[in-house]
Amino acid sequence: MSKAQAPAADKPKKKKLEAMKWSNAWKLHKEKYLMILPFAIIFICFTAIPVLVSIVMSFTNFNMLQTPDFVALDNYINLIVFDDIFLIAMKNTMLFALVTGPISYLMCFVFAWLINELPPLPRAFLTLVFYAPSISGNAFVIWKLIFSSDMYGYANAWLLNMGVIDSPILWFETAEYIMPILIIVQLWLSLGVSFLSFIAGLQSVDKTMYEAGAIDGIKNRWQELWYITLPAMKPQLMFGAVMQITSSLSVSNISTELAGFPSVDYAGHTILTHLNDYGSTRYEMGYASAIATVLFFIMIFANIVVQKILRRVGE
Amino acid sequence: MINPIKKFKQYLDHRKITRRNRSLGVDIALTVFLGAFGLFSILPLWLIIINAFKPLNEIFLFPPRFYVSNPTLDNFRDLFQIVGNSWVPFSRYIFNTFFITFLGTAGTVVFGSMAAYPLAKYKFPGSGAMSSIITYSLMFNGTVTAIPNYIIMSKLHLVDTYWAVVIPAIGSTLCLYLMKNNMVHIPTSLLESAKIDGSSEFGIYWKVVMPLAKPAWITAIILSFQSLWGATGGNFIYTEKLKPITYALSQIISAGIVRTGVSSAVNLIMLAVPIAVFVFSQSNVIETMASSGMKD
Repeated sequence: MSKAQAPAADKPKKKKLEAMKWSNAWKLHKEKYLMILPFAIIFICFTAIPVLVSIVMSFTNFNMLQTPDFVALDNYINLIVFDDIFLIAMKNTMLFALVTGPISYLMCFVFAWLINELPPLPRAFLTLVFYAPSISGNAFVIWKLIFSSDMYGYANAWLLNMGVIDSPILWFETAEYIMPILIIVQLWLSLGVSFLSFIAGLQSVDKTMYEAGAIDGIKNRWQELWYITLPAMKPQLMFGAVMQITSSLSVSNISTELAGFPSVDYAGHTILTHLNDYGSTRYEMGYASAIATVLFFIMIFANIVVQKILRRVGE
Repeated sequence: MINPIKKFKQYLDHRKITRRNRSLGVDIALTVFLGAFGLFSILPLWLIIINAFKPLNEIFLFPPRFYVSNPTLDNFRDLFQIVGNSWVPFSRYIFNTFFITFLGTAGTVVFGSMAAYPLAKYKFPGSGAMSSIITYSLMFNGTVTAIPNYIIMSKLHLVDTYWAVVIPAIGSTLCLYLMKNNMVHIPTSLLESAKIDGSSEFGIYWKVVMPLAKPAWITAIILSFQSLWGATGGNFIYTEKLKPITYALSQIISAGIVRTGVSSAVNLIMLAVPIAVFVFSQSNVIETMASSGMKD
């Protein structure tokens, strides 16, 4: 205690100034702080504190029943050195994110851009068509019927009918098919918030810029896109990237619903299914928190790197 | 014969004005591309719709068809029969979902917009830090904080109540972020003139900011509605009477292959609601977007 207070006592003036600054701020902006307060309380209790608790718990062996012991880095060492299944999950998640992240991002942009040139009615209709899968909740289970392993599954039926195969393919029972199918389904689901954000961004680009651009010698749609549209909607592009990265790293539901848990040879195993396994089946909360912490830092890191890259585009 | 060709040439001349910087060939190629992906997007949903109206013998037909020969409401009839026999009255599940969705959406929009306005339009001590915390919190999602969240909820005795689902939904930053970004564009001069007229900050928020930020909070309503509508309650709600409709319906589907038709009916119902909400609000958003074009 005394050690902690000693340096603070050296700067009572600074502390006092700091306190004055905040009390002044409170007096000046009381209403604003009060308006933020309800949200802030909920955010701190159910987002900020949980992140910190998760990090702290990852250094313990908490199991919900006994008092947690401090085990230092044991969980992380077990995770990275001894847990072979985690390494599979890691590899799958990275592969998955590296494929679906960029492709879904491009899809969101390209479709928003193409739709934007249409008259209002077809535009509204196509927006709905592309956006519908992402809001259809559990409707992706229809893919289970499409890739069903018997001859009544749509994919098998078409292939059989066209004579490509002569016996049904066991889609979700064959390790090498699982990942490609999950990627297709994720892409189907991925035209979500970013897509809407891009549509809104494109609509808010100042139309006179295009006229000015044409006078300045822009010859085709690609130049228009690169020199006018993209720079004008950079904020939406950054936002869309965050959304796509976060969602492509947090795949678990479609994997467990479609490929089952555990999937054949762990081919559909992701960091998040691994986390759910330890968190809600085995109740090894310390270990699960270590997984959650790793995932948390992967997400933040990936996002910050991509933000840095996107900021440079068009400069 | 000359007439259509002439008309086409007229059209091409007209295009030069209306579709400046657009070549016809690329236009056609891109339309085909758009159509192809539109099909990819709509086909699975189409399968759900037709399966819901197929009699059982058509569901198991080889090769499967993309249309219904003898549409029937049998699947829906079966569904209502199953629903009628559940020991918790089905109306209770429906009420639970509506209650959770309503409270969560209302909370998100009210608390979110109230916090968004000061952060969007003013600089004060702490505002910068708060804004960047909100941006960073978009970079991860609730899945990584689920375990501590459960512990905190149980300490507050909120596990197994509606609040365990509602409160974290209100704390989601996506809607706040979107509303904040939209409110930045509200002209400061409008706020200042309201202040000169003697409005309090809250008065400005309610009378000036909210009407102008209508597209933003409609978007917040859609997003919040969509995520809560599909909520199953997961580990947070375990009393059968408090479970939402998604959970009850997923129990019906899980009975397996004999319920393929019924499960399509279930999926169609679950699908129709958020899509209807979006159709309704999309036109609203486009309308408000069009009328809210402002240049500061």
